[in-house]
Amino acid sequence: MTEKAIPLWEVFIRSRNGLAHRHVGSVHAADATMALQAARDVYTRRGEGLSVWVVPSSAITASDPAEKGMMFEPTGTKIYRHPTFYDVPEEVGHM
Amino acid sequence: MATTSIQVAETPLVRLALQRADDALVLGHRLSEWCGHAPVLEEDIALANLALDLIGQARELYALAGEAEGAGHDEDQLAYLRNERAYRNLLLLEQPNGDFALTIARQFLYAAFIDPWWRATLHATHPGLAAIAAKAEKETAYHLRHSAEWLIRLGDGTPESHRRAQEALDRLWPYTGEMFEPAEATLVADGVCADPPGLRETWNATVDAVLAQATLQRPKDGWMQTGGRAGRHTEHLGPLLAELQYMQRVLPGAVW
Amino acid sequence: MYTQGLNSIDKIAAPDGEQAERFQARIDADDRIEPNDWMPEQYRRTLVRQISQHAHSEIVGMLPEGNWITRAPSLRRKAALLAKVQDEGGHGLYLYAAAETLGVSREELIDQLLSGRAKYSSIFNYPTLTWADIGAIGWLVDGAAIMNQIPLCRCSYGPYARAMIRVCKEESFHQRQGYEIMLTLSRGTPEQKEMAQDALNRWWWPCLMMFGPPDGESQHSDTSMRWKIKRFSNDGLRQKFVDATVPQAHFLGLTIPDPTLHFDEAGGHWVYGEIDWDEFRRVLAGDGPCNRERLAVRRKAHEDGAWVREAALAYAAKRSAATRQKAA
Repeated sequence: MTEKAIPLWEVFIRSRNGLAHRHVGSVHAADATMALQAARDVYTRRGEGLSVWVVPSSAITASDPAEKGMMFEPTGTKIYRHPTFYDVPEEVGHM
Repeated sequence: MATTSIQVAETPLVRLALQRADDALVLGHRLSEWCGHAPVLEEDIALANLALDLIGQARELYALAGEAEGAGHDEDQLAYLRNERAYRNLLLLEQPNGDFALTIARQFLYAAFIDPWWRATLHATHPGLAAIAAKAEKETAYHLRHSAEWLIRLGDGTPESHRRAQEALDRLWPYTGEMFEPAEATLVADGVCADPPGLRETWNATVDAVLAQATLQRPKDGWMQTGGRAGRHTEHLGPLLAELQYMQRVLPGAVW
Repeated sequence: MYTQGLNSIDKIAAPDGEQAERFQARIDADDRIEPNDWMPEQYRRTLVRQISQHAHSEIVGMLPEGNWITRAPSLRRKAALLAKVQDEGGHGLYLYAAAETLGVSREELIDQLLSGRAKYSSIFNYPTLTWADIGAIGWLVDGAAIMNQIPLCRCSYGPYARAMIRVCKEESFHQRQGYEIMLTLSRGTPEQKEMAQDALNRWWWPCLMMFGPPDGESQHSDTSMRWKIKRFSNDGLRQKFVDATVPQAHFLGLTIPDPTLHFDEAGGHWVYGEIDWDEFRRVLAGDGPCNRERLAVRRKAHEDGAWVREAALAYAAKRSAATRQKAA
């Protein structure tokens, strides 16, 4: 018999001030308080963190990889969004 | 070459450092017994963190004791070559792990005392002790948080967890009085450390608030066990030390 | 700490068709596969099995070393060993989480371990009899593990590769910790030196077995290699381990328990003797010195912890019910 599942949480850590929180892994915990403690105990044992977020894994809405074409490929042709698209004479200097 | 137990010349400062060091080592040792056996993997890691904090504190405190004594005793001689009558830890901390509720209750009752003690010792006139307090206080603040959150969940979880948590409290309560025995007068007068009786109100407030959230009954203050500071322990310390000191005792004088 | 080179690929139909070809093309281009991507069922099952075996090995692997935490001979050694065994718990946790991205829960995986359906590395079914065993495990078992784990950091499955990067980073102190213990013992008293040699004698051959059966016997290696779940053959890694370890043993002044061991000048390799594969199969099948003991300990921890897990869930349910009521 498999027992009742303890919820899964995704852990995000800010390693230095000035940096964004980054996904580092997951923990299991019955509630948010315990998830935060577990995240601290598991993922910051080597001075990796200054701030921790935990988010219930079930709260994440993800894009479907099968729709990758529709979702992400149309931007590939919009090269005018990049600075290198434009010609500026060298004598103008760095712009 | 046989190495017998060492004799330590205990001045009040040496004794204080040994008391706190033995407290930390004995509790850290107990927590380390959980490694690989906890109720969930996350808690295996959490309990090991607590144990590592305490073993780290013990090492610094033994170093301080050795230095204060001035007889050249290092951390390992102080930890491994004193017998049970020379150990100065609180009886509460040598109590066996029991179930998870007992381990958590023991941790909570102690952390609710030692965290404010370290905080009050932050401004100690002894710079070595104040430096240890600066690190230890942050560690024990988390020990208090972690054990309190668990005690609340066990107390207000299922009927079984409530029963186990209450039994753990009832069983450990007679060992809580010893924490508040006064420090030596000269140490308090010189501002070396906080005097435990002065921390009782803080401890009461923490314990009452958490027990209320946990829906647990505060046990009645009856007879309080004592003797740890004088080396009169419960029967549980001997086997703990036999295990802890095993290697140093069977191969005396070796370098590890 | 370690996954064994068991190369167990599920015996279901190998995938074909256009989707499978596109999948293989991605792997050939060193693209990483992520949890929700399409993948052949055989790839998914193979990974679940390998990652969970790896996770189980970490968890069971806590026990033989955990056996010495309370008896470590100095406070420095005690702290280092506890931190190492704790790391192994952490590695088990990262790996279970990686397996969970493939649609299997940690509860199911643990159930497979405790019911005896899942395998874990054979090495952890040997006993730790003396303190020197802690040195030998760090030096040899972790040394063997590193050989196998570094290539896994480039495994085609993203979550597994990421977990392995973290594991490898954390493990960098493990082998040094073990070697330092062996070095101290081998420069110590005659009893200490004898203890170190005895540990090497007992751990050497089981460590060579950790890399799994010889390449000729492992019929599934090809598929694993093609999918970049595995990047080197068992025998290749084993040889790399022997070549790295023999000089380290000589530095300690210890003797490898293999009378036929010799250096082949032409090939540039240490040539080792016959491995007792009967022993390997026997230990893996359940008849090692500690198989029953290890599982019994894991089962007891799980059963003793059931009421704690129930309490945490019950408390969470009460609190969220109370929050809902307040909101209503």
